Amino acid sequence: MSAAGGEGFTTDEMMAVAAARHLDDGTVCFVGIGLPSQAANLARATHAPRCVLIYESGTIGAKPTRLPLSIGDGELAETADAVVSVPEIFSYWLQAGRINLGFLGAAQIDRFGNLNTTVVGAYDHPTVRLPGAGGAPEIASSCRETLVMLRQTRRTFVEELDFRTSVGYGEGPGSRERLGLLGGGVSAVVTDIGILEPDPQSCELVLTHTHPGKSVDDARTATGWALRVSDAVRATEAPTEVELAALRSLRYADEEWAGLGGGGA
Amino acid sequence: MADIVTLAEAVAAHVHDGDTVALEGFTHLIPSAAGHEVIRQRRRGLTLVRMTPDIIYDQMIGAACAQQLIFSWGGNPGVGSLHRFRDAVEHGWPAPLALQEHSHAGMAAAYAAGAARLPFAVLRGYAGTGLPQVTTSIASVTCPFTGEVLAAVPALRPDVGIIHAQQADPDGNVQLWGISGVQKEVVLASERSIVTVEEIVPHLEARPGAVVLPSWVISAVAVVPGGAHPSYAHDYYSRDNGFYRRWDAVSRDRDVFSRWLQTHVYDTADVAGYHRAVEHERIGA
Repeated sequence: MSAAGGEGFTTDEMMAVAAARHLDDGTVCFVGIGLPSQAANLARATHAPRCVLIYESGTIGAKPTRLPLSIGDGELAETADAVVSVPEIFSYWLQAGRINLGFLGAAQIDRFGNLNTTVVGAYDHPTVRLPGAGGAPEIASSCRETLVMLRQTRRTFVEELDFRTSVGYGEGPGSRERLGLLGGGVSAVVTDIGILEPDPQSCELVLTHTHPGKSVDDARTATGWALRVSDAVRATEAPTEVELAALRSLRYADEEWAGLGGGGA
Repeated sequence: MADIVTLAEAVAAHVHDGDTVALEGFTHLIPSAAGHEVIRQRRRGLTLVRMTPDIIYDQMIGAACAQQLIFSWGGNPGVGSLHRFRDAVEHGWPAPLALQEHSHAGMAAAYAAGAARLPFAVLRGYAGTGLPQVTTSIASVTCPFTGEVLAAVPALRPDVGIIHAQQADPDGNVQLWGISGVQKEVVLASERSIVTVEEIVPHLEARPGAVVLPSWVISAVAVVPGGAHPSYAHDYYSRDNGFYRRWDAVSRDRDVFSRWLQTHVYDTADVAGYHRAVEHERIGA
């Protein structure tokens, strides 16, 4: 569990709330487990009740009352509008361009929002073998926008990825077009320190928000490249009581159901 | 027609050393008992195929059944790393493990092509990623009608496909429902197939969204109640989330893992013995 910063909420809660606010009502989202699932369900419980949640297990329009531990939990199938096969979810729904927003996490990100979830170190002799691609490459290429959530440190925000599992903006302007990718790319990166968004011209991630209790210097220190900061960098609005209550009721259900001791995502 | 046999007979007849074997079940209906039987019968040199190698493949890799893994995501869902998988890749223990890694979209398309007996699958995928540089079974193909360049992956055609389902009827026709993953595709893509089921019922009742596999595309059906533990069987039992969490500690250490394998798999005769060992450990813990 991430430490509470004295503001009455944890950094995980700040991340989930900041990501949830990014979702408009009616957004069709491709959701992963952990913080993305918290964020999408929080949005559905607050300002975006008509958000459509799609999990890669083939559950379309899932409406879980408790947060799932895996993308294929029974709760998702029981509450879904439709349950389709895995080949169908990836071909008819994802690659066909029907998803507005995809959530992604990563072990490493670079300044153009490219992601690594494959290895730390050399591919043939990795120091850490990570889980691999999963649905990420085609989520990153096919969704109209992607929202990345990860903690910001010099180990995660790196000058050069050890492996490129998923494409953000490639080498910069024009890369996605040259690769023929249908979707728009990363629209925001939500971290425990703030929010980064791509510059429309250079495609480079720029710090646009810092969360309560965090500074621009915190973000610079936690970034492995010379971080660009927006001239109009703003403070993220702290989670409201309504947001926190809704988020905690979701998490409570999860912990009770899973028999967990109160850990975060 | 499928033979209705014991799981031990099904594995002895259909899974051979050196085979390409796919156990599928996307978080739901994972055929764990069948994987344990492959371990018990000490199969070696297998090419294991699975979109989401999770606990059951961690066990099979740690038990030295595999020489190669074809996969798209290898983790303990909701918990973290697969430590036996990582130990094999990072340190070659108990044996080196060759990898062919894809994305979920690529694996799903490759299974669908295998089911259709097509040589390869086409998808909009992999462009700009590092995967084509490390996985030889990713190429590109130009559409003859539009000129668009797309990704191509060879069809998956395992020697044996293994799945778990809720029910079979006395003729060996199988029905499964809930999250259905790639189960239909893996059975139809494979040369031989084994289906373990929770029970045999007199008649399969029609259910919306269910997958029905006729007996004549299945090699063997075995009744294995609780055979998907620690995953779940929709309308039969729920996921054992505590087991997934406990696996993290068991799998971190080679000796702890080896003892677990001895008491839960080698020292047990079948799924009932395995469940007694799991229950004993839970009470003892």
